[in-house]
Amino acid sequence: MKLGLREWLALTFVVLVCLFAGLKDPRFFGPKSIDSILLWLPLITVVAMGEMLVIVTREIDISVGSMLGFTGIAVGLMFKANPHLSVPVAILAGLGVGLLLGFVNGALVTWGKISSLIVTIGTLAGFRGLSFLVSKGDEIDSSMVPDSLTSLSTKGIHVGHVTISVLLIIALVVAVITALFLRFARLGRDIYAMGNNPQAAYLRGISPNKITMFVFCVAGALGGLAGVMYAARFGFVNPGSAGQGFELTVIAAVAIGGVKLMGGSGSVFGVLMGCLLLSCINVALSVLGIDANWQLLAYGLVILAAILLDAMATKWHTRKAAA
Amino acid sequence: MKWRALVPAVLLVIATFIGSRLSPKFLDFHFLLDRSTLVMETGLIALGMTFVMICGEIDLSVASNMVLTGCVTAKLLEKGWGIPAGVAFACLMGTGLGFLNGLLTAKLKLPSFLVTLGTMAAYRGAAQAMMGPDSVKLPKGFVNLDESYVLGIPWPVMIFLVIAVITAIVLHQTVFGRWAFSTGTNESASRYSGIPTDRVKILVFALTGLMCGIGSCMLTSRLGVARYDLANGAELDAITVVAVGGTSIFGGSGTMLGTILSLFLIDIMRSAMGVANMKAEYQLTAIGSLLILSVLAMNLGGKIRLSKRSSAGAT
Repeated sequence: MKLGLREWLALTFVVLVCLFAGLKDPRFFGPKSIDSILLWLPLITVVAMGEMLVIVTREIDISVGSMLGFTGIAVGLMFKANPHLSVPVAILAGLGVGLLLGFVNGALVTWGKISSLIVTIGTLAGFRGLSFLVSKGDEIDSSMVPDSLTSLSTKGIHVGHVTISVLLIIALVVAVITALFLRFARLGRDIYAMGNNPQAAYLRGISPNKITMFVFCVAGALGGLAGVMYAARFGFVNPGSAGQGFELTVIAAVAIGGVKLMGGSGSVFGVLMGCLLLSCINVALSVLGIDANWQLLAYGLVILAAILLDAMATKWHTRKAAA
Repeated sequence: MKWRALVPAVLLVIATFIGSRLSPKFLDFHFLLDRSTLVMETGLIALGMTFVMICGEIDLSVASNMVLTGCVTAKLLEKGWGIPAGVAFACLMGTGLGFLNGLLTAKLKLPSFLVTLGTMAAYRGAAQAMMGPDSVKLPKGFVNLDESYVLGIPWPVMIFLVIAVITAIVLHQTVFGRWAFSTGTNESASRYSGIPTDRVKILVFALTGLMCGIGSCMLTSRLGVARYDLANGAELDAITVVAVGGTSIFGGSGTMLGTILSLFLIDIMRSAMGVANMKAEYQLTAIGSLLILSVLAMNLGGKIRLSKRSSAGAT
């Protein structure tokens, strides 16, 4: 695999953050903090894969956090109604519910001809309210989430003291499938083509509506999968706080991972590095004893740094091309 | 009057009617006037956002700007700054934060929704890093602006109305307003015809920032405290007000009258939902749906008008 400049940059940031945190406090390399990094990673990764597809097509999806919350609640209610529901069925249900929500976004963007920003700002609020509606404001607490589901975050492959949980394996499988799909599938190549130059793509016979609908549905389905994983990871789902503000984390991960925010380019490996970086930053903040109140500021600065880098890289590129 | 301004006007009448059905006291003028102080900072921001959206841009950082400005101002007032100095500082700081958004958008040619998504997190994050979970109380002379009246109208409403008239004149009667429309319609054509599009954009973002600064004073004065988590999601309200008011998200069209009407529509809707004891989360859903449905309706309306025009041209 050939790594581009942006992927190298993301990788360098990861190494720098780890070195800095590790030198300040060696506990950062201890099994405990590595475990918590590996627990942070799956949720961000799964949602980021969907968001990446959306951003490559020059759209944006701000509603991912609310889709995660709604699906978490919906699946939690399914478990409440039938405690013996099997985990694979729950995961399929999560994917389905998410797909439906993503379809709503996609339909409004393609057929309603509303800009995706407005649509997903609206559904960010809409889906959140919907989760209150179906849960009647009550939390899905740990008594309703069966052990078979929560064990996904504890069971897995043990390497020394570190656990590679089933959740992480699911996330990595999603990432590999996305990478293969983008590399080899016709539709995957079309997504890049459309993000690069929508008019040219249209003239080559690519249907913009089909692609847009597809990426929003995928983003929804993965948001739904993340909802089930959220329930597995935390053991409870609160209709108000589950996934709230998650869109910022995910967009930050995608941006720092070298996906061009104006669309058209980006790689799964880069996004994985972006997710890893944010997980490392999170854990580093807590290991170094920095107040959790700094987290949001850190995310904001990461997003800003990524778009500034983007702008500079583009300028440099055009100057080189002109010379 | 543009047909798009009709949409909020009609909806306003419907919402008022439904409200009056929900409670007989609803049509009490004083009740409505007092309730409307709750949305005046949203209204101020929407006035600025109308300019931004007419230029074809968007500002997602408005609520965060308002909160950061409010928190810093509250800290300064706590340190013993005078109230006039504090208010002046809030206006300056809000403008500065908006200016930064404009600078990044115009000079670096970055899409504004990304820039302001970043500053949305950064501004509120800075407020959170500074305040932590604490809240700062505001001094006595500063609070309860919404309970003092001028000419029988609460001060925040009066301030909003005055600024609304000024911004309406600037948008519809001055060269600057024409430049804003022109920039949003076709940026490169505007630049070739000598309009300083970058400066127009920076100015509209700074103007929105100024509104956030003034709004922050109103917000903290009404609540009496400043916290980092105030006005969560207020950007949704402001964008909804502007979009429902008929301003196109793609730039180039919109009216200040539409924004003002639509603000009172949202105000009436919120009051009616409050009277009906609706939970905050459902209110959020209602506002979100209103945003999508009204933009959808206007898109359809625009399509019908376009097809009428083209069929008229063909015959």
